[in-house]
Amino acid sequence: MAQVHLRNVVKKYGVLEVVHAINLDIADSEFVVLVGPSGCGKSTTLRMVAGLEAISGGEVHIGGRVVNDLPPRERNISMVFQNYALYPHMSVRENLGFSLKISKRSQADIDKAVDEAAEILSLTPLLDRKPGALSGGQRQRVAMGRAIVRHPEVFLFDEPLSNLDAKLRTQMRVEIKKLHQKLKSTIIYVTHDQVEAMTLADRIVIMRDGHIEQIGTPLDVFENPVNTFVATFIGSPPMNLLDGVVKEGQIEFGDGTCLAVPPAYSTYDGQAVTFGVRADNIMPVGHALPRGEHMAEVEMTVDLTEPLGTETLLFTVLAGTEVQAKMLNPRPVRSGERMTFQIMLDKCHLFDADTGATLKK
Amino acid sequence: MKRLKLPPWLVLLLPAILILSAVVLIPLVLSLYSSFTSYRLTRPDSIFNWVGLFNYEKAVTDAKFWAAFGRTVLLLTVALNLEMLLGLGLALMVSKVTHGQRLLRTMMMFPMMFSPILVGFQFKFIFNDNVGLVNNALQSLGITDRAIPWLVDADLAMFSIIFAEVWTATSVFGILILAGLYAIPRDPLEAAKVDGCTSWQSFRYVTLPFLMPFIYIAMAIRSLDVARAYDIVQVMTNGGPARRTELLWTLIGRTGYVDARMGYANAMGYISIFLAIFFTVYFFKKLTKSRKELGMGA
Repeated sequence: MAQVHLRNVVKKYGVLEVVHAINLDIADSEFVVLVGPSGCGKSTTLRMVAGLEAISGGEVHIGGRVVNDLPPRERNISMVFQNYALYPHMSVRENLGFSLKISKRSQADIDKAVDEAAEILSLTPLLDRKPGALSGGQRQRVAMGRAIVRHPEVFLFDEPLSNLDAKLRTQMRVEIKKLHQKLKSTIIYVTHDQVEAMTLADRIVIMRDGHIEQIGTPLDVFENPVNTFVATFIGSPPMNLLDGVVKEGQIEFGDGTCLAVPPAYSTYDGQAVTFGVRADNIMPVGHALPRGEHMAEVEMTVDLTEPLGTETLLFTVLAGTEVQAKMLNPRPVRSGERMTFQIMLDKCHLFDADTGATLKK
Repeated sequence: MKRLKLPPWLVLLLPAILILSAVVLIPLVLSLYSSFTSYRLTRPDSIFNWVGLFNYEKAVTDAKFWAAFGRTVLLLTVALNLEMLLGLGLALMVSKVTHGQRLLRTMMMFPMMFSPILVGFQFKFIFNDNVGLVNNALQSLGITDRAIPWLVDADLAMFSIIFAEVWTATSVFGILILAGLYAIPRDPLEAAKVDGCTSWQSFRYVTLPFLMPFIYIAMAIRSLDVARAYDIVQVMTNGGPARRTELLWTLIGRTGYVDARMGYANAMGYISIFLAIFFTVYFFKKLTKSRKELGMGA
């Protein structure tokens, strides 16, 4: 297993720079997820680590070596692709053993490694089939098996679950997590799905437009987003954001509505801010968990509901902006119903209205 | 008078039946029938002279026929394999070109745009022992001082014909294999790189299996083409000198139209068709198998 370091890594296509001098340190046997909207440079970054894209600037270190000029086969990595990328003309057994065959290992070694990997991923009954005769989930498991037979230093996953249906995706997510616990390998995992990122990662790297916006543990980026982009990207539903100005202990929103300033942000008098609050922290009275000392109560009209079973999402309007609130122990709600909501101010965030960066508490 | 009333399905099918009969069925039956007669073009009434299997017995015991048969198989084998290898190389190189690839692809098609007769004349001139380009070039460069009889010596004449054949048809392979190269998904090739393949291993284990269906399609098409080879040979050597480059169809053509022994020519034709059918079936089997291996088709 190995550490991976990215030092000022740049990717340019001609004059177009798509990854801007990013720095990232990944510890031994850490599970790091690169997440961001499409086109943010996350896959490109992964492919530079893999050696499938040339590095335009900076250095990539794997296991203490600078690998910039090494071809993929000398980097001791393995990769799982979004479209599985299995060899269609080879059986599952041959697919799994291909990399070992290429490196001229003995047939006994290959068989042993393949059987072991097949056992881990419950592929044993499928070993003699061709990829064409497998379901999507089975193909993805073969792709993962092909990655683990070699015991590489680093595993790279490029949106491995995007082609699977929702149920299978949840299953495979758990399998990947188990696999990581079993193999204790370093994993870099790319996804655009923040749920995958939250559930799998030791640390999440949130990227946008070729920059790293924030690096942190899932809870850290959820609870302390560095800017409005991270706040809306991580967490479902996204954080509600409202623009306003801090005036004498109150935030005044565009339509004149006022809310008390969250106590941690008492020093920003006069500043234009973006007020951020998650749906989990706006709850109708009587349907909330009692928490936090500082509460604000507002009355709002429910426009729409999304019942999810254990909770119901309520779409309503606060200070002229649509916000989502959450109702625990839900009861049926008519649209147009007026309800009193509690906002837990301790859990709210203030961002700079111009830059979107979080304000210090 | 009662009018003859045909059932509607027959009325609807009648145009097709008539056309197919006139174009395919009657000639086929007639030629098959004539192969059992001693039919000579110069004596039309000989078509009624039934000789049974005589023509076939004569053909299978005729050394000239088997020599032509063998030469045709040789031409097929050598030309197809050479065309495949050269076409593969050409396609691989063209696929790597970044600028002007469209132009190159168009240029690749040039040899296919010429009539085989013209190609025959062109190479007849190029390989001519007195005024031909090749001998002139060899002599000017001082490599040889005598006139090499390219189209007269048995081996050299066969070589020259194969050369012309390869020149005309390599691009068929080139174009089809190029299409195959474009159709290869990128992912398995990248997976192969990560799995530790060198460029050669990627080609051997990933690219080539993906190309095989395209190669077999080209082989099937070209095997039919070469098995009926006539024009280039007719023009370049006329099967000669002294039948040294006689192929099946030059032999059959000569027997039928020059010697006017149409019954015998038809018998040889029917035997020869099996050669073409054999190669086509063979390559289609290979094609189906290679497609199945890639998980395509049934």
